[in-house]
Amino acid sequence: MADKLGKTLTDPLVDNNPVTLQILGICSALAVTTSLLPSLLMSAAVICVLIFATAAISLLRHQIPTNTRLIVQMTIIASAVIVVDQVLKAYAYETSKQLSVFVGLIITNCIVLGRAEAFAIKNPVGPSILDGIGNGLGYSIILIAVATIRELFGSGKLLGQTVLPTAAEGGWYVPNGMMLLPPSAFFIIGLLIWAIRSWKKQQVERPDYQIHEVHRTEVL
Amino acid sequence: MEAYLSLFVRAVFVENLALAFFLGMCTFLAISKRIDTALGLGAAVIAVQTLTIPINYFIYNHLLKQGALAWAGFPEVDLSFLGLVCYIGVIAAFVQILEMVLDKYFPKLFNALGLFLPLITVNCAILGGSLFMVERNYTFSESVMFGLGSGFGWALALAALAGIREKLKYSDVPDGLQGLGITFVTVGLMSLAFMAFSGIQL
Repeated sequence: MADKLGKTLTDPLVDNNPVTLQILGICSALAVTTSLLPSLLMSAAVICVLIFATAAISLLRHQIPTNTRLIVQMTIIASAVIVVDQVLKAYAYETSKQLSVFVGLIITNCIVLGRAEAFAIKNPVGPSILDGIGNGLGYSIILIAVATIRELFGSGKLLGQTVLPTAAEGGWYVPNGMMLLPPSAFFIIGLLIWAIRSWKKQQVERPDYQIHEVHRTEVL
Repeated sequence: MEAYLSLFVRAVFVENLALAFFLGMCTFLAISKRIDTALGLGAAVIAVQTLTIPINYFIYNHLLKQGALAWAGFPEVDLSFLGLVCYIGVIAAFVQILEMVLDKYFPKLFNALGLFLPLITVNCAILGGSLFMVERNYTFSESVMFGLGSGFGWALALAALAGIREKLKYSDVPDGLQGLGITFVTVGLMSLAFMAFSGIQL
């Protein structure tokens, strides 16, 4: 039993990652990853919302009628986001100012509704919370990896500290301006998926149409 | 009339929600394997978008905006902080209705869309559309036109990606990039191409 619970927590980290395998939460992964600090804050906020929302939805899972479940779930998620926003405003005002736009974005982050629909609505509270934490962490890993690459190569900095001195400031590094544009996030996530799937072969999708039959059977 | 036409063209090409603002990416990537499912989802998004934006226009202008409640005798009340919850409520209600209609009349499409039908609720393209409508102070008829145009633009981008992916089936993609990986790279290239539209004034 403990083994199974542990798997619920660790599975979404790499084996069933929300961004690279379940295709959830892509929009914010593109929007906030231009630098590392907002990505870290965003990850923390998403994990909090996930814990609260999955716990509440799983507690209410026998009461929520199927036909109106979307409205109920969205109300719960929106309330969770508003609570996180208010807590941030009360205890970390400076941080909340930096995050203001992104906190609202969590409502439409499909990881939250996706996990609610796929897991919390039919499982008890304990596993649901673990599933929420696991998926939140899996999302954070991708977010932090992409943000590190983009901030480092796009502006030569990490968390605002200069790592690669740029040519404009008398150093040697010429920043790659494309890293700051949204399309670069697509390329980086695409390459990350390639890296993960070269490591975890079972995640490779079977081709719909085979050209070199010999080559494909050798590999798969 | 001309103003509405240029608003429509701008919403479809210059300010394409998927490829210029990167909204609604999850559904965009997941439901683009086949052109016919993509067209079905595109039609659903156009319907939801064209209906929810004008409805949210009424909610914002007659209930939430500062001074909007003057007709009820509360000229000082400003409820605009309730905006997000109201818009998402309207969107969720609409998607739920759409889900029931599709389940009853188009069961094949309903099964093909699967988990991604409820996820239209959290399709940020739809909430984003409502927020743009508020931010840009559209009139009622402009909001209808913008809803139609932005939904159409998103559906067009989705159909284009599905077309590319159907052709990509016949190309020899490295194993690790097969499927989702190459799709990400394709969308990156498509959005680079769409950046050419940015800055065009109509």
